[in-house]
Amino acid sequence: MRNQVIEKLLAKTRRTDLPSFDSGDTVRVQVKIREGEKERLQAFEGVVIACSKGAQASFTVRKISFGQGVERIFPLNCKVIDKVDVLRSSKVRRAKLYYLRGLKGRAARLRDAE
Amino acid sequence: MARVTGILGKKVGMTQLFDSKGDVRPATVLQAGPCVVTQHKLATRDGYEAAQLGLVEFVKEKNLSKPMRGHFAKNNLPPVKFLREVGLEIDPDQEANGAVKVGDRVLVDIFEGEKFVDIVGVSKGRGFAGVVKRHHFAGGPKSHGSMFQITGSIGSSAFPSRVFKGMRMSGHMGDARVTVRNLRILGVDKEENLLVIEGSVPGPNGGYLIISKSKKPPRERRGFAGSATVDPLKAAKRAAKKG
Repeated sequence: MRNQVIEKLLAKTRRTDLPSFDSGDTVRVQVKIREGEKERLQAFEGVVIACSKGAQASFTVRKISFGQGVERIFPLNCKVIDKVDVLRSSKVRRAKLYYLRGLKGRAARLRDAE
Repeated sequence: MARVTGILGKKVGMTQLFDSKGDVRPATVLQAGPCVVTQHKLATRDGYEAAQLGLVEFVKEKNLSKPMRGHFAKNNLPPVKFLREVGLEIDPDQEANGAVKVGDRVLVDIFEGEKFVDIVGVSKGRGFAGVVKRHHFAGGPKSHGSMFQITGSIGSSAFPSRVFKGMRMSGHMGDARVTVRNLRILGVDKEENLLVIEGSVPGPNGGYLIISKSKKPPRERRGFAGSATVDPLKAAKRAAKKG
C-alpha cells in the first residue's frame, strides 16, 4: 500500500547509514542485544535470500547453524541493527532465493558476481 | 476556561513504527482536524454543554442541503461535510462561558501531553453475514455429507415453543458505530495535522472519526501507577509495626 501521508511520516525514521545489498549477497548483521543494563553486539552472518522494498522494507538472512537452517527477518529501519557488512556478492537469477531452503552443502553454493 | 475535549478526523491508514525498545508496534495514522467550532450548545438553552465541530475540508456548497447552508451562513463559516458534537472540559476556577466561541479553530495540539484517546468510528460493513463470521460459531464437520457453516438447532420444541430473544443468527454485520477506548498516542504532528496511535481504528481508510481525550484512562494516567499505589489500611499497619 502506498500512501503519500504515511510515506512522508516514515521518511523521518528511515535509516540511510546501511549499505545497499540485494538477494544473493552474504552479509554480517551486527544485532544489538540488551542484557539487563548492558548492551552488546551479536553477529548474524548468512545469505540474503529475500529483500522487500518500500517504507516498511525488510530482508531475510539465511545461514546454516550446526547443520540446521536458520532464517532471520530484519526490518530495514529497525534500531536493533547496529550495522550491516556486505562480505561477498553472488550472481543470482531471481529475487527470492527460497529454493536454497531445499538444498544442502555443495548444492547450496552460489556463484560469485564478477 | 472551557476547552474542547475532542476533535474530528479521518483514518489515513495503518503502518508500523518502532518504539524506544526497538520493537515493532502497529500504528494507525489519523488526520485530526483542522476543525472549526460551528455551534456552542449551552446548558441553559440546549440542556447540556457541548461544542459542535466541523472538519474543515473542501466541499462544494451546492452539495450541502439548504438548512446546512443556512447554519453555516449564520456565522460566516466555511461549508463542511462532517459535523459532530464533542464534550467540553470546564475549569471551575475560570468563567465557564466565553472560552469556546463559534468560529474557533480546534487543532491536533489539544492532545499534546495526553497519553490515551478514545475513538468513535463506523465499522466496515460486512453485509448479510453467516453465524461463523458474525458470532464466531465453530462450524460443522467438513465431510460426511454435512453442511459447513450452518447455525444448527435454535432451541427446543414443545417448551418453550418459541425462539428466545437475542438468539445469535445470521444477519447484517458491521457498518455500525463502534467506540474503541484507550488507544495509546504514539505521536502528534502539528504541521501536518496528524495523530499517530497504537493499534487499529474502526472503519475503512478515509472513514470519518471522532477522536477524544480518554474518558476512562488506564491507571497509569490517572496518577496512581505501580509502586505509588498505597493502601491506607496496610500503610497504617506497617507504620504501627515499625513504631
